[in-house]
Amino acid sequence: MECVFGLVGNGFAILAADTSAVHSILVHKSNEDKIMILDSHKLVAASGEPGDRVQFTEYIQKNVALYQFRNGIPLTTAATANFTRGELATALRKNPYAVNILLAGYDKETGPSLYYIDYIATLHKVDKGAFGYGSYFSLSMMDRHYHSGMSLEEAVDLVDKCIMEIRSRLVVAPPNFVIKIVDKDGAREYAWRQSVKDGPVVSE
Amino acid sequence: MSIFEYNGSALIAMVGKNCFAIASDRRLGVQLQTIATDFQRIYKVHDRLFLGLSGLATDAQTLYQRLVFRHKLYQLREERDMKPETFASLVSAILYEKRFGPYFCQPVIAGLGDEDKPFICTMDSIGAKELAKDFVVAGTASESLYGACEAMFKPDMEAEELFETVSQALLSSVDRDCLSGWGGHVYVVTPTEVRERILKGRMD
Repeated sequence: MECVFGLVGNGFAILAADTSAVHSILVHKSNEDKIMILDSHKLVAASGEPGDRVQFTEYIQKNVALYQFRNGIPLTTAATANFTRGELATALRKNPYAVNILLAGYDKETGPSLYYIDYIATLHKVDKGAFGYGSYFSLSMMDRHYHSGMSLEEAVDLVDKCIMEIRSRLVVAPPNFVIKIVDKDGAREYAWRQSVKDGPVVSE
Repeated sequence: MSIFEYNGSALIAMVGKNCFAIASDRRLGVQLQTIATDFQRIYKVHDRLFLGLSGLATDAQTLYQRLVFRHKLYQLREERDMKPETFASLVSAILYEKRFGPYFCQPVIAGLGDEDKPFICTMDSIGAKELAKDFVVAGTASESLYGACEAMFKPDMEAEELFETVSQALLSSVDRDCLSGWGGHVYVVTPTEVRERILKGRMD
């Protein structure tokens, strides 16, 4: 039900996530932002148990900020991914977090990168990744149309193709999506794709 | 489905004349879905010792990090690299520590010991060592791998012939297993060099 996917383009990484907060058969809200801006140049798209999703991503966000305060420089995307995996792995045999994560970041030295981290702490650096039932459609769409070094227009077009596919083929397709990108100028929201308008988006 | 078959894997190690080969497949999956086709299953511990980890990918990553840590400590204290036999005992001990909550991995260890004598061994998920003079296999395709290796193995093969044998055994076995494949990764290690080669097999 929760659809999260992303890909790496030419000097940027893009993440898309659905925005439905669902409890059994009830849709609480359809403008829930599941892509957190971790720091100036990192994005985390998370899917899974709602409580764990918010608590775990905020925990990672605060620890990333703490590292920057203590050491004066920000963590690289790779280091953040490994830290996140470590936290998930440590909790796995005690009190597991049921959260799947796509971590996108931009580093000056290495450029854009995307990390796939599933709920049992499997970490892999990928060019394209997806979680949830939507992944059956978005991964195939990306396998067909993705090539390395896509421009922003091409990438957004591909993201839109994936969203169209999910909307038309998934029985409990979420109506709305949010798209965020991260490049040398930082992490920011790019667009919303809404087919059902909810109340105004509450920003924190 | 068994937890050992969650991610899918295939590993071989084979002994030649003063050399050994260790090979793996490249698929990372989540049950029926393929996530990546460039997953590394074989790690270099030092120039003459390689470790392959099959089974659950998250435990393979955790176990690898723990073993590298222990080996680096050993290097600092002893000012030398670990012998393969010693390393195998270390892996066995670390696995048995978790006897009643194990790592879901089956390691394959291959190295050059004293006088450049090749050493290979495998063990189960709780550290029961199995030394072999010819070949060891692990992973979801292990049954096919046993058959293929038994048929193709000859004692005292040189590096080039060993590479061909290991590659053919690996590719033909993973083609019969839906959870492993998408190419191969072969390391052929002689006393003077390490040759790493990527195989292209059936990409399905």
